[in-house]
Amino acid sequence: MSGFNRDMPSPEESFENAPVVLRLSGVTKRFGSLTANDAISFSVRRGEIVALLGENGAGKTTLMNILFGHYVADEGTVEAFGKELPAGDPRAALNAGIGMVHQHFTLAENMSVLENIVLGTESMWLIRFDHRAARTRIRKLANDFGLAVDPDKRVAALSVGERQRVEILKALYRDARVLILDEPTAVLTPNETEALFRTLKILVAEGLSIIFISHKLNEVMAVSDRVLVLRGGRLVGESVTSRTTRAELAQLMVGREIPPPSVAPATVGGPILTFNEVSTARTGTGTPLDKVSFSLNAGEITGLAGVSGNGQAALAALLSGIERPMSGSITIGGKPVANWSPQAALSSGIGRIPEDRHAIGTIVDMSVTENAISERYRTRFSRHGFLDWSAARSFAEEIIRDYDVKCPSPETRIRLLSGGNMQKLILGRALDSDPSIILANQPTRGLDVGAVSYVHQRLLQARERGAAILLISEDLDEILALADRIVVISKGRLSAPSARGERSVREIGELMAGHQDAALELAGAGNAA
Amino acid sequence: MRLEPKPQPSLAETLFYPLGAIVATFAVAALLVLAAGASPFSVFALVAKGAAGSQFALLETLTRATPLIFTGLAVAVAFRARLWNIGAEAQLYIGAVVTIVLGTGALPLPAPILLPVIMLAVMAAGALLLLGPAVLKTSFGVDEVVTTLLLNFIVLLFVSMLLEGVLKDPMGLGWPQSKRVIADAQLPRLITGKRLHFGFVIAIAAAVVTWVIMKKTALGYEMRAVGHNPDAARFAGIPVNRVLMKTALLSGGLAALAGFSEVAGLKGNLTLDLSPGFGYTGIVVAMLALLNPLGVVAAAIFVAGIFVGADAMSRSAGVPSYIAEVMVATALLTMVTAIMLTRYRIRWR
Repeated sequence: MSGFNRDMPSPEESFENAPVVLRLSGVTKRFGSLTANDAISFSVRRGEIVALLGENGAGKTTLMNILFGHYVADEGTVEAFGKELPAGDPRAALNAGIGMVHQHFTLAENMSVLENIVLGTESMWLIRFDHRAARTRIRKLANDFGLAVDPDKRVAALSVGERQRVEILKALYRDARVLILDEPTAVLTPNETEALFRTLKILVAEGLSIIFISHKLNEVMAVSDRVLVLRGGRLVGESVTSRTTRAELAQLMVGREIPPPSVAPATVGGPILTFNEVSTARTGTGTPLDKVSFSLNAGEITGLAGVSGNGQAALAALLSGIERPMSGSITIGGKPVANWSPQAALSSGIGRIPEDRHAIGTIVDMSVTENAISERYRTRFSRHGFLDWSAARSFAEEIIRDYDVKCPSPETRIRLLSGGNMQKLILGRALDSDPSIILANQPTRGLDVGAVSYVHQRLLQARERGAAILLISEDLDEILALADRIVVISKGRLSAPSARGERSVREIGELMAGHQDAALELAGAGNAA
Repeated sequence: MRLEPKPQPSLAETLFYPLGAIVATFAVAALLVLAAGASPFSVFALVAKGAAGSQFALLETLTRATPLIFTGLAVAVAFRARLWNIGAEAQLYIGAVVTIVLGTGALPLPAPILLPVIMLAVMAAGALLLLGPAVLKTSFGVDEVVTTLLLNFIVLLFVSMLLEGVLKDPMGLGWPQSKRVIADAQLPRLITGKRLHFGFVIAIAAAVVTWVIMKKTALGYEMRAVGHNPDAARFAGIPVNRVLMKTALLSGGLAALAGFSEVAGLKGNLTLDLSPGFGYTGIVVAMLALLNPLGVVAAAIFVAGIFVGADAMSRSAGVPSYIAEVMVATALLTMVTAIMLTRYRIRWR
């Protein structure tokens, strides 16, 4: 704990005299028995970047919703530029000069950048709108702050990084003096992240203040002037960034030391599942797979790195059995698969951990028992069409015990479980039958650190017993820690695989951004490992 | 104003709000009765007496409840899987048509064989009628609310055509009505000389069987899973489309039995006014029962009681029997509100 002051520390010298632009005093918000925010007080000064660090569920989002008037705090006040904001009025924060860039962008895809930015700023009754003045102003803002984007382009044609710039421009156009960024780097490549950080530095140099919400320690260390740590709804620490360390922050975040997973060298067996030039149909807005060839080997974790939305969803849907290949073939255990379906995937021995626990992984209004048996209710838990509820219940109890699912009873509706416990149930359901292939799609997203390391341990155990694992993650650190072999997906195509440590983070970042490294570019099906 | 979900509603809450709904229903009805110039208490007493005050009243209520149990079950089953079957009315009429076609002497079978054969054919016809909209939904994404609702009108016109044509009773003095079913195709009366017939027993049996299907079988589990979250159900390997087909078959078959029971048990022949909207009232019954098959029996008897009681009341008190429609409609609205209040807390700002 050296150098870290758990009490309110004196702010760093350079900001000591800067005026306070935002002050939260004793903000408390309870949902039933849960206290999401517990007497949180802090202030933000002009020209500083304050990082709000905390695991999912620590209360960051609730706090921001209170700040923006979406929730009404049970106790406490929010003050902007010396004036108290009226509770429960979303316009008040905007009018006071607070802007927010959400993790999920709020842009109309079929409109131009300019239209998106001015949307809602002009009176509804105005007959003619001065596009030229708006365009000039946007150009100037873009130039001043290094936010290069063409005002007349349609948003649908923009990359993710550009869209984020539009969101920031939107806030600046409304004269935001305090900018809140919610997990801004989750959708960016490492290089785009660097560009964003440069922009943030320019913004604060111009006198804006920034609240940077994140759970990624290295980014917080890189960009912020001051760090606030939230845990379980309480502000557990505050420090000038230069006076603290990653380890210290991590410990504060989780309340205990997190051991990195110790990974023994893999004993790799032969290929269990092989994709041969597989393409999928375009569905909705997702990127389809484009002639993808690779295989998964027994006893090996293959990490699939990539920026969100580059075909991971299509690949996961294919392995889960939800989608069928449009062309190409899938071979499992040497036999080509036919009549591909979720049922076929299950009976081919694929254990599936889906990306979205609420929408796909579980049926939240059904009980723990009903969810536990959902993949095997026909084969294992019914006789002559009748369900064997006592067998189902004891199976659920077994998973609850073996996978440490915390829930009041097997009859509890899933909706009432925390994300971590939901994920443990899914893990139990997927791994209980010792599948030979495991699809783990973002298995730790949004989980607290305890649950993360639990999931990692379980995946490593499955590898020990010889399962072939595909780990899809947008968290490069997770892939670097767990994967024996890394492939990068970009625009629906896969890079050639590289062994642990073979490519640098920078090289992987380049591949994620879509720059194929010529030497390693996948020449054809033949060299797929 | 916004709604916040309550973590786990307490037992007191789950009892309080539905009871409040019933009180609110009577309060609204009382205002209308006052407006009609009568005393609410005497009118409610007359409704209660007319619904259950004598053996005759009680039997009449159960007779009226019989088709509502069938259509209520049909809707409850379909809605559980989020298949919005608004077409129970059409399925009822198709069931009645099949009963007439097979029951007016076409099949030379004795009653113990003839009746089950007709029932099976009736269920098959109703099932097939709902299968069409279900296939359109799963294959082309056609909204089944639209198709099943419009089928009601198509089928009613089709029945009208039959009653003016091939099914018209030559001895019917030119009225658009069918021949009467033969004695072997009639459901026996439960008490000699009274109107309550064996269809009520079949309805209770159907409710029990439906309850067993929903609670105890893999199919019931699949239907609930598909209704709660079709994407998650599909991911888990549940054949969503096939489940919707089976749901449609079950639901259509149940609704068609209402037509069979009305014709073979009560009316004896088919006319265009066979159903005063039993198919639509089935939706109210199913919602009041919270889609529980056994609850459907209670809800159907409650709704039937209000209708039968209001008829009797209107004869003696002079308040229009439309008060029954208002009460049933209000009961639905207050019950839906009560369900919402059990699950959510209202925040006014």
